[in-house]
Amino acid sequence: MMEPVFDLTIIWAMIIAFGVIMYVMMDGFVLGQGILFMFAPNDESRDVMMNSVAPVWDGNGTWLILGGAGLLAAFPRVYTILLPALYIGVFLMLAGFIFRGVAFEFRFKAKRSRYLWNWAFSIGSIVVAFAQGAVVGSYIQGFHVVDGVYAGGAFDWLTPFSVLTGLGIVAGYGLLGSTWLILKSQGELQAWAYKVSLVLLMAVLVVFGLIGVWTPFVDDFVYQRWFGGVTPLWLLPVITLGFAWWLFNAVRKQQDGKPFVATLGLFVMTYFGLLASKFPYVVPPTYTLWDAASAHESQLFLLLGLLFVIPFVLMYTAWTYWVFRGKVKKGEGYH
Amino acid sequence: MEFDPVLISRLQFAFVVSFHAIFPVFTIGLASFIAVLEGLSLKTGNPAWERLSRFWIQVFAVVFGMGVVSGIVMAFQFGTNWSNFSMVTSNFLGPILSYEVITAFFLEAAFLGVLLFGRDRVPQGIHFMSAVMVAVGTFISAFWILSANSWMQTPAGVEMNEGLYYVKSWSEAIFNASLQYRFLHMILASFLTGAFVVSGVSAWFLLRKKDTALHKKTLSMSLWLILFAAPAQVVVGDFHGLNTLEHQPTKVAAMEGNWERSKGVPLLLFAIPDQKNQTNHFEIGIPKLASLILTHDMDGEVPGLKDVPVDEQPPVAIVFWSFRIMVGIGVLMVLFAIAGLVLRRNSAFATSKPFLHGLRWMSLSPFIAVLAGWFVTEIGRSPWLVYGQMTQAQGVTPSLTGGMALFTLIGYVIVYGIIFTAGVYYLMRVLYTGAPSNEAVEREQLNRKAKRPMSAAEASWEIEEAK
Ligand code: HDD
Ligand code: HEM
Ligand code: HEM
Repeated sequence: MMEPVFDLTIIWAMIIAFGVIMYVMMDGFVLGQGILFMFAPNDESRDVMMNSVAPVWDGNGTWLILGGAGLLAAFPRVYTILLPALYIGVFLMLAGFIFRGVAFEFRFKAKRSRYLWNWAFSIGSIVVAFAQGAVVGSYIQGFHVVDGVYAGGAFDWLTPFSVLTGLGIVAGYGLLGSTWLILKSQGELQAWAYKVSLVLLMAVLVVFGLIGVWTPFVDDFVYQRWFGGVTPLWLLPVITLGFAWWLFNAVRKQQDGKPFVATLGLFVMTYFGLLASKFPYVVPPTYTLWDAASAHESQLFLLLGLLFVIPFVLMYTAWTYWVFRGKVKKGEGYH
Repeated sequence: MEFDPVLISRLQFAFVVSFHAIFPVFTIGLASFIAVLEGLSLKTGNPAWERLSRFWIQVFAVVFGMGVVSGIVMAFQFGTNWSNFSMVTSNFLGPILSYEVITAFFLEAAFLGVLLFGRDRVPQGIHFMSAVMVAVGTFISAFWILSANSWMQTPAGVEMNEGLYYVKSWSEAIFNASLQYRFLHMILASFLTGAFVVSGVSAWFLLRKKDTALHKKTLSMSLWLILFAAPAQVVVGDFHGLNTLEHQPTKVAAMEGNWERSKGVPLLLFAIPDQKNQTNHFEIGIPKLASLILTHDMDGEVPGLKDVPVDEQPPVAIVFWSFRIMVGIGVLMVLFAIAGLVLRRNSAFATSKPFLHGLRWMSLSPFIAVLAGWFVTEIGRSPWLVYGQMTQAQGVTPSLTGGMALFTLIGYVIVYGIIFTAGVYYLMRVLYTGAPSNEAVEREQLNRKAKRPMSAAEASWEIEEAK
């Protein structure tokens, strides 16, 4: 076979990384609504919370499907090892997805049984967020692989460490959700969102901090990367703290849009830190990006279409956000 | 007790995908129908079209929502339960499924938001365009997923190398031998599903004497569609079968319940296939007709199940009967199409009680036919995952235990049971409540011109609260 001119594998790694962070940011604030849902001041606030995300949640979730299908296309080893390893966790996540998804349709139409759909939305979202956080945790720990297939047990993914990362993501998505609400709501609900954001920011800093300290000891490779000499990597936690500081001030000064942007920054920086800890491993500790990659011609075939289509996807996605811009008012119609 | 992970994974896949399949097949048809209603509304300005469109969009929203959540499950099933299969086929199926996401799912999701919530926020023309985009998205989605499925039935364009498939020709692999028939057959099935549901619901409104003028319009529209699509489906189905005969003869043998390869084979109307003794009981058939249909020659040779070893035969009885159910319903649909045409005289189609009651019941039939059709296709290729090349047992996830698979199978049954019940219940409420009133729609049209948002009158969950 001809030697590839470009290293498609690296390009694909960047695309998948982009897809994942898009998903985390976009579904993060939607799941955040569910995480905060039952704590909201009243049922009217819950209407506003749901209305603020109802027109876009489906598109946001599609990034996750792209992540799944894209992995199968570009890094099949990752797809076919991670999913069996996380079998039970994936099921819980999907069940959570189903409940929070149908709750969008049913809640507004129910009156007496509305509280049931409130709970379905809330618990569904929390389960999804926790399961995703646990995935991150078990990813850092690595997988037991023999001859290219997963060889561990059904509950290897569930450890104290992955529980902690699970809680971390629940708090983190909650923060994305509350700062999104600051942007989209007014009055009582917004005042509440400001308060909650501060609490959640503290929680996130504590949990992420614990994870940061713990991670190097869970995995030797990560330890070497961070402590094996002076590295510019240490800039990442510094910038992360900078975003946290910005967020803190913006919330205190009750600025409308900035808290959300700062939270996005916080997430992106933490994500970079995670990627940097593991690179170039994608199925730690066994496979690097290149071991896990699919055939060159398959990567190329999909890349051509992707480069052509994704700009359009981004354009019309942005357009829908534009259509539904502005504050969501109380009592504004659902359909 | 030990459970077989392969068997349970198959049950789980069959359950989950069958559950998923009933929603897309409805939404594909309904999306196009709504686009037509929005188009008519835009063109004529007649509020009746907007009332109808609003009504059907409510139905659409629920069905689409259930299709989406069950579809997300599908995208992960390949990896959780069939990871060996996923690995071996990833070089082809990975890009195909990804293309489905980037060309179809994003399109549907983005414009769905505007279709459902944006009526007050965008000009009417853009709202119409959103409806069209959602409909286009459903077709694109069907194309890719059926290409993936057809490739598993009639693999082409690939080469096996060190245990993995490598694509040699993308066009051969994507446009494999059975895609065109399967795609046409599926699209027609979707149109028939949409048309029979719309006509059944309209008939129900006519029987209840509710908004009769309104629902007569949609009844008439859907009957015209049925008149074209039902006979077309029989013809396409016939070609589909001939193509299958060429590529998957054992499946056709199972559909016909034919054990011995022979000439002048009868078309069995009834039989009880007995896999153990490799024969049928209580056969009733029309002499030589199967040969005639399949080979266009009374004495043509038809393949038999015994052409292959017993362990390569599919479960015959399920395939045999599913096929009869599908074809039976297909014939019934043609009869309704003809009846609808005959009753066009003095608009009797909108008044004849027996006909309207018949249509009401027929609204369930496409779902049964679609599931039966998929059973024929999927069970008929058993034990193969990739026809003739990879079996189900080879494809299953090695680390999967029977207990794990059973846990998730039960989990899915419970979860789907709950949301399906809720969904059907709510749909019944929507149908019972009917279209928003004329005044409400006109008031809103005025409001929209004045750019004041208003909430729509809607069906509510509880019976008492519906006026
Ligand atoms: C892209 C692939 C694909 C697509 C579009 C479908 N299937 Fe399928 N189906 C499979 C890929 C597959 C499979 C992975 O190949 C399975 C799993 C185990 C097996 O035997 O084949 C299967 C099995 C399977 C079985 C069980 C067969 C058995 O146990 O012997 C049923 C009843 C169905 N499917 C039904 C459906 C329905 C109702 C579909 C409509 C959407 C459908 N399939 C689409
Ligand atoms: C077994 C393979 C299948 C997989 C893996 C699969 C996957 C998916 C996924 C992930 C979604 C959700 C997309 C979103 O969020 O918008 C979806 C929805 C959809 N699927 Fe499937 N699907 C399968 C079978 C089919 C078949 C056979 C058809 C029809 C021919 C189909 C047509 C659709 C359509 C039209 C939608 C849009 C949502 C809806 O209409 O309810 N799918 N599918
Ligand atoms: C008399 C009419 C019909 C004939 C002769 C016919 C023929 C067939 C055949 C031979 C197959 C299996 C193809 C294969 O596995 O290779 C099939 C599958 C299928 N049929 Fe039909 N069919 C008819 C009517 C219908 C109707 C009325 C519907 C639904 C409204 C329907 C929906 C399906 C579906 C969803 C499949 C599975 C997907 C596929 O392989 O295309 N069919 N049909």
